[in-house]
Amino acid sequence: MPSFEFSGKVIETDDEGYLQNLDNWNKEIAVYLANEENIELTERHWELINWVRDYFMKFQVAPAIKSLVKEVGKLENIEDKKEANKFVYELFPEGPAKQLAKIAGLPKPTGCV
Amino acid sequence: MAKTKTAYKVPVLTGEIKVPKVVPGASAYEKMYHGENDDMTALGFPASLEDGWETKAVGIFKQLLTHNKALKDYMDICVRCGACTDKCQFFLGTGDSNNMPVGRAELMRKVYRYYFTPAGGLFKSLADAEPFSERMIKKWFTYYYQCSECRRCSYYCPYGIDTAVITMAARDIMDGIGLGQKYSTQIINKVFKIGNNLGIPPAALRNTLDDLEEEMKDATGKDVKIPMDEEGAEVLLVPPSADFFAMPHMESLAGYAKVFYKAGISWTVSSYASEAANFGMFIGNYKNTKEINKRVWDEARRLKVKRVIVGECGHAWRALYNYSNTMNGPFDFLDNKYRQPAHICDFTLGLIKDGVIKMDPSANDDKIVTYHDSCNVARASRIGEMPGGQFTVPRELIKACANHFFELRDGANRAQTYCCGGGGGILTDEVMNVRIAGSMPKMQVIKEVMDNNGVNFLALICAICKTQFTKMYPLYGFDAEMVGGVHQLVSSAIVL
Ligand code: SF4
Ligand code: SF4
Ligand code: SF4
Repeated sequence: MPSFEFSGKVIETDDEGYLQNLDNWNKEIAVYLANEENIELTERHWELINWVRDYFMKFQVAPAIKSLVKEVGKLENIEDKKEANKFVYELFPEGPAKQLAKIAGLPKPTGCV
Repeated sequence: MAKTKTAYKVPVLTGEIKVPKVVPGASAYEKMYHGENDDMTALGFPASLEDGWETKAVGIFKQLLTHNKALKDYMDICVRCGACTDKCQFFLGTGDSNNMPVGRAELMRKVYRYYFTPAGGLFKSLADAEPFSERMIKKWFTYYYQCSECRRCSYYCPYGIDTAVITMAARDIMDGIGLGQKYSTQIINKVFKIGNNLGIPPAALRNTLDDLEEEMKDATGKDVKIPMDEEGAEVLLVPPSADFFAMPHMESLAGYAKVFYKAGISWTVSSYASEAANFGMFIGNYKNTKEINKRVWDEARRLKVKRVIVGECGHAWRALYNYSNTMNGPFDFLDNKYRQPAHICDFTLGLIKDGVIKMDPSANDDKIVTYHDSCNVARASRIGEMPGGQFTVPRELIKACANHFFELRDGANRAQTYCCGGGGGILTDEVMNVRIAGSMPKMQVIKEVMDNNGVNFLALICAICKTQFTKMYPLYGFDAEMVGGVHQLVSSAIVL
């Protein structure tokens, strides 16, 4: 199984670098994973990271894109859905399902998506 | 750890499809991840490749040849006429001769001749025969996962040889010896454990549906509901789970919901049968296909519905329309006044024709629409009552919802459609370059109608097609929002 070393600990990932074990996640690892994606985490990123993690803890799955966009609208006071969607992609250019999930330590959503 | 991102090779769009220079092995570098142990065993396969796999592979191959008459014929009757060579989008995109349908099939025929024909065993080189070997099985794993089982080749073969059948058999043999593909096996395991490809549990599903209901209320002022697990509803709607998660897929779910609302027909989705797709078919495994298919009919019984309607999903429609009866029928507990299962496009169009619901096509006047025939619908099934309904029903529905519609070029349309490049279990990121290559022919003809007719919306009825094109469009320099479902058009045009 692929893995990387972090503060003296071996962290296992899947083939694409998503954490194998949710509990291995912490803020430092999030910064490291974000760095691998060329993303510098800001307050705005953290709001979403924390929200999807909470969502995942509650529902055992990442939120649908629409639900995420709705939440962004609330958090950032963006009325327009299209603008909120654009905002998400500005933060996570490769898409929320892929990059946001990865940095938040969640498994990659797979299916016909 | 994290792979350095390889730059994608994106073809230049000229509107023309040229036959490429043949380079054997050109696309050998992209391979699927291997199936993970838990997933493989959950599906009834060995966890990984074990010693002595060759003998086991021959055994499974032999069984398939006995049970699957077509496969045996396809091994024997090819005359190598070459009619299929330039018909596969993956050959056209990669130039790899192993991606010519006849080249792909030869990988299996060589092995077939060695073990199952008298000449093959005796005069190996003359008969072009080869035993299973490490090298051969690696080739199988590469090229039988660069086929989308789209059956375009079979349309052109004078003998009707269907390479998709060969691909499915090859995948089944590989799974049987523990050489699985991660993407499909992981997804099938999620269906068994949770109920759908994406692994959305009931509470999450309800939460998502609540959000969509709220959005529709904000947008329309109407209480359009999406009932879940409602016993006694008239209709059980089974969409691909992408409709519960992704964009643009979810816009179609809103479309279905508005149709039921306006028609006043009670309906429900199910948290148990929350997946129309059937990846068992992709891996060519009868047992898994049947199990997945069975979930829908078990749930129809449990919820005591009268009809089953399938959402926008290409191969799901094939799996449910073509195989349900033989695998899990008969369905005499349903109301046989209706087609069982019925396609959502057929259902919606029927309601329009009967005057039950009305469309205002001017609502889509910002769109100039074209339509991509999804392979599994176009070449492997039918929609509605009439022959060719799989072509006419979606088109009639689109035209009822939009004033501007243009067809794609003949030869790349209807039964001759190219695959989107992501079907048949290859919609996974580790083979992105193969997906891009495979999308090229269809993208060329789409580019043609963009240039000539100003087309700015590609209407689809397949979850995989939607995801694949949404991914491809930006790579080719187009906006992903130019891709959407037929019921997305319905959603904006329906008069509520
Ligand atoms: S068209 Fe049919 S017979 Fe001709 S080479 Fe292809 S598979 Fe063989
Ligand atoms: S089934 Fe489709 S993808 Fe497979 S070889 Fe034939 S044309 Fe190519
Ligand atoms: S993904 Fe769509 S176009 Fe591709 S094989 Fe499936 S139905 Fe056909």
